[in-house]
Amino acid sequence: MSFDMSVTMQTIAELRGVTKTFGNVVAAKDLNLSIGKGEFLSFLGPSGCGKTTALRMLAGFEKPTEGQVLLDGEVVNDLDAHHRPVNMVFQHYALFPHLSVFDNIAYGLRQQRPRVDKQTIATKVKQALETVRLGGFGPRRIWEMSGGQQQRVALARAIVNEPKLLLLDEPMAALDRKLRKEMQFELQNLQRQLGITFVLVTHDQEEALSMSDRICVMEGGSIVQVGSPRELYDMPRSRYVAGFVGTSNFFDATVTDAVADQITVRLASGQKVHGTPEIPIDAGQEVCVSIRPEQIALTRALPAAEIALPVTIQNRIFLGEHTEYLARNEALGDFHVLVPRQAELNEGTFNAGEQAFVSWGEGALLILEN
Amino acid sequence: MTKRGRKALLLAPAGIWLLVMLALPLLVVFVFSFGERGAAGGYVPAFTLEQYANLPARWTAFKNTLILAPLGTIAALVIAYPLAYFLAVRCSPKWKTSLLILVIVPFWTSILIRSYAWIFILGGRGLPALLESIGIDDVRLINTPFAVLVGIVYGYLPLMVFPIFVSLDKLDKRLLEASADLGSTPWRTFRQVTLPLSVPGIATGCMLVFILLMGEFLIPAILGGGKVFFVGNALVDLFLQSRNWAYGSAVAMTLVVVMLVTVSIYMKFISRLGGQREDVSLM
Repeated sequence: MSFDMSVTMQTIAELRGVTKTFGNVVAAKDLNLSIGKGEFLSFLGPSGCGKTTALRMLAGFEKPTEGQVLLDGEVVNDLDAHHRPVNMVFQHYALFPHLSVFDNIAYGLRQQRPRVDKQTIATKVKQALETVRLGGFGPRRIWEMSGGQQQRVALARAIVNEPKLLLLDEPMAALDRKLRKEMQFELQNLQRQLGITFVLVTHDQEEALSMSDRICVMEGGSIVQVGSPRELYDMPRSRYVAGFVGTSNFFDATVTDAVADQITVRLASGQKVHGTPEIPIDAGQEVCVSIRPEQIALTRALPAAEIALPVTIQNRIFLGEHTEYLARNEALGDFHVLVPRQAELNEGTFNAGEQAFVSWGEGALLILEN
Repeated sequence: MTKRGRKALLLAPAGIWLLVMLALPLLVVFVFSFGERGAAGGYVPAFTLEQYANLPARWTAFKNTLILAPLGTIAALVIAYPLAYFLAVRCSPKWKTSLLILVIVPFWTSILIRSYAWIFILGGRGLPALLESIGIDDVRLINTPFAVLVGIVYGYLPLMVFPIFVSLDKLDKRLLEASADLGSTPWRTFRQVTLPLSVPGIATGCMLVFILLMGEFLIPAILGGGKVFFVGNALVDLFLQSRNWAYGSAVAMTLVVVMLVTVSIYMKFISRLGGQREDVSLM
């Protein structure tokens, strides 16, 4: 089930059947997407999946080969970047090294015609600096700023123009882990505070999951699924999405029976499971079943579940609030199991070589396209 | 070895070279400039300011040099900048290297031979003949200041192209996108981003070409036909033809002083242009 934009909010930008080719390489294939006013949308996918191309088409750096890019209801295919009310935070910030922090941030305002008067520029820049918590840093030179501060300058340089869309191209790729976490919270706050529509490009699922209202997962130039982080996590449509959003256990299965939207699949271990997949599936088709590590229960006694499989514990990693186990079933292979602290206290710690059972509740197992 | 010792060792070869090949000869010239010409030419020790008093006799050479060297530098800059810009920013990477090599190719033959080629191009049967065929008569190019200007610009163009190319090539092209993204038109982006960031290259190129032009003598000799001469030509004449070493030394010392003054004014100007930027290095 995808998010219905028309009901919830006003559309600010739209991709309609957008395809972009470079020579004979197809970078983006038939993209269809509506971006709602004020939402935080992320393009998620590995490098080369077309997410950056999509962003660059919104910015106006690339023209679509086919289809239309709309901003505020108007087709902007032929509108150059410098005419679009859209600003971007570049991956490596692209701050002007010959200008001070103040002049970098004032740059966009100074390009406006009719001219913005000096007093207004000074006020707006000061405000933007305070918004990104860099008050007083105006006269500094770019090279005097740390990586995290440079990122804030880049952010201020974009938001000071009050763009209709703020595009962020892997903005945290160059930051260390701790700073990245901080910036994630800050970006999210900023987006709510300013009410500007944010479009983020990232290959980092954690980043996308933690900040976005909606995530658009891409693969090989196409959009494979769009939805809220929770939807993507709970109801992925394909093995690719399930693997990219969170981690999961995947097993091959064959469809034995498909009646209406109730289907039955047989696992390699012989057990049959029933489910209602998100996508149409025919009998005889090879599919994939997925189960999240935290939805698996690990027990010593045979549980009263529909399916319980005997496993041998291979490995244990203590993660603080969870313990991760690697458990092997003869027929299916390895299961990653995430046992919460409380469950572990009840059941006791398992050691490598110990025999146990894995089981899961109804609905935990997803049937996905391979 | 101490840290200091290692530093001294690193500087020694260049230091000795500078001392023997620059400082000593300059000192000799300085001393000679206060001497007198011998009866059969050469130098006779003396202490007189007579040679410096005679300087106005060579005013034309100084005038030509001081007009044509800056003019040649500016002309070379005007021609080199668009070329360097094209090579660094607009040219596809596929062609970049081959085109860059084409810029150096002229250096593979002597400037003497290349200047002679210009005699034919600018001489009576070259361009003027061509102009005559379309009805423009009596154009004299060879042996004029214009011919010398063409010659020096031609000869020193690569020295201007390279530093500018390097500074434009290392310019982060994402800055141009950032500028466009912030609403700047291509022309304003050039003025506000590209040009300021290529100032180090412009400064280096102008400095290289200007200093070499101030000492130039070959091209004026060949394309100026003895009518347009530089201080360099005056020196050749004084030392090798009339063998007046003392006067020659005075002219040489004056050239050194003029050069020091103009270059330091230039440096001041450039460093002001570059603001407080750390990465403005002149040479």
